[in-house]
Amino acid sequence: MKILVCISHVPDTTSKINFVENNTRLDTNGVQFIIGPYDDYALARAVELKETSGATITVLNVGQADTEPTIRKALAIGADDAIRVNAEPTDSFFVASQIAAQAKEGGYDLILMGRESIDYNSGAVHGIVGEMLGIPSISPVMTLDIEGTTAKLAREIEGGKEYLEVNLPFVAGCQEPIAEWKIPNMRGIMSARTKPLKVVEPVSTDSGVKLETYELPPAKGAVKMISADNVQELVSLLKNEAKVI
Amino acid sequence: MNSLVFVESAEGKIKKTSLEAVAFAHAMGGNVTAIAIGQTEQAELENLGKYGAKKVLHVADDKLNQGVIQAYAAVLAKAFQDEQADVLVLADSSLGTPVGARVAAKLDASLASNVVQLPDTSSGFVVKRSIYTGKAFANVSLTKPKKVIGIKKNAAEVKEVGSSASVTPFQVSLSDADFSTKITSSEKATGEVLLPEANIVVSGGRGMKGPEHWGSIEELAKTLGAATGCSKPVSDMGWRPHHEHVGQTGVKVAPQLYIAVGISGAIQHLAGVNSSKCIVVVNKDPEAPFFKAADYGIVGDAFDILPKLNDAIKAAK
Repeated sequence: MKILVCISHVPDTTSKINFVENNTRLDTNGVQFIIGPYDDYALARAVELKETSGATITVLNVGQADTEPTIRKALAIGADDAIRVNAEPTDSFFVASQIAAQAKEGGYDLILMGRESIDYNSGAVHGIVGEMLGIPSISPVMTLDIEGTTAKLAREIEGGKEYLEVNLPFVAGCQEPIAEWKIPNMRGIMSARTKPLKVVEPVSTDSGVKLETYELPPAKGAVKMISADNVQELVSLLKNEAKVI
Repeated sequence: MNSLVFVESAEGKIKKTSLEAVAFAHAMGGNVTAIAIGQTEQAELENLGKYGAKKVLHVADDKLNQGVIQAYAAVLAKAFQDEQADVLVLADSSLGTPVGARVAAKLDASLASNVVQLPDTSSGFVVKRSIYTGKAFANVSLTKPKKVIGIKKNAAEVKEVGSSASVTPFQVSLSDADFSTKITSSEKATGEVLLPEANIVVSGGRGMKGPEHWGSIEELAKTLGAATGCSKPVSDMGWRPHHEHVGQTGVKVAPQLYIAVGISGAIQHLAGVNSSKCIVVVNKDPEAPFFKAADYGIVGDAFDILPKLNDAIKAAK
């Protein structure tokens, strides 16, 4: 089985977000970049599938050269080789077009990624890739098991989950608890250095989405503390000041 | 501008987030057509007129009573073309978002999800979307003639603007490939207020000390007509089901009121609640970081405060 795992390179969840260049670029000063947490779940599940039933894992990232440490980490976790599409991941349609182009060439049985990247939160790439390749796309996926050419999945729905069956190949947008995040071990880190990482140029595409500016939400006012002996005051504030009950 | 609105229903009733999508489309101006797929009550469909739909299409096909992503996308793309729509509006949800993505690809449309307010059409079509899990916004131009936009909860206010609409059956011939994903079964909490749609959420964290103490959280939620949520450790330990986990990698909520009890406020949790209008934090540790993100705070013991708060709210009603 050939698995393609698509990973995003995103600011750590604890990062403070600021913008520069007239609010058109993220201020990366002091920001630690990581594998997108949802993509990390997808990768972890792919590694488990490789361990139990044998598979090769290719990891794909759309990003500029500075994403290579993130890609190497994915190789250290257990991917066999990597592709970096040398371009800035500006929007879902652009990224999906790159993934679809590589997927057509690679002929993968399974394409996994996170349900969304935690920078743009679009949750759209898996669907667009599925449509471009003419195969099913399922998201958000909570469990994934494969028997032969059939997969059984659980998809989260509001207030519960539904169980699905689908034949390979397909695209899945993953989330917890599909697998536990894996921490690379020393052997993985050493071997990742020499695993193949191919750099390819992007295909051109018109996504019809253009960034104008970024902005930050207005600063939050100071918290109003209320004595534990006076919960009535809280109720009255919620009713009369915040007007939320 | 003609818009098509995909409305979702649960147990025959139109979801509130979908009513917001209809209200959003109405506020954009132009003709609004709503489309419902699968089992939905007739009266509910007619009612969509009150919130701004001129016309309502209903695809009554038993095969579509469950949300098959590919089949739904095929239906919406066909309706979009037949109705000569310019914009497809839908509420972001576990079904709406992945379906919207496929429709955009089918139609070669510009796509934006997590849209938080009406587009600025003074020059072009600029939408404001929530990014970095609520920590920032991006203003983006959608430049293709066809557009698909997913709206975030609270992007529009639901209000009555018209009278009931007529409902037209709509049929699409779907291929077997559209049903290549089979939904074999589902499980769903019933009769409860669903977390992603709730106006008020009461959440508990590790400070609740165990699943056996959730009664007081549920009590308060019941009094307020609220949904219950929890922090990641609570769902990881199996105290509460995963669909109640609020945070970066769980459900992102945007209620009017979020009450957090015994949750310290790790940044991953805050990422799931930062779109809430008002946040109340109850924690026995005065140094809990959540207080910095709160509107109102009480330092004290959850087991002491929860029943008192419940009584005070009952008394105020």
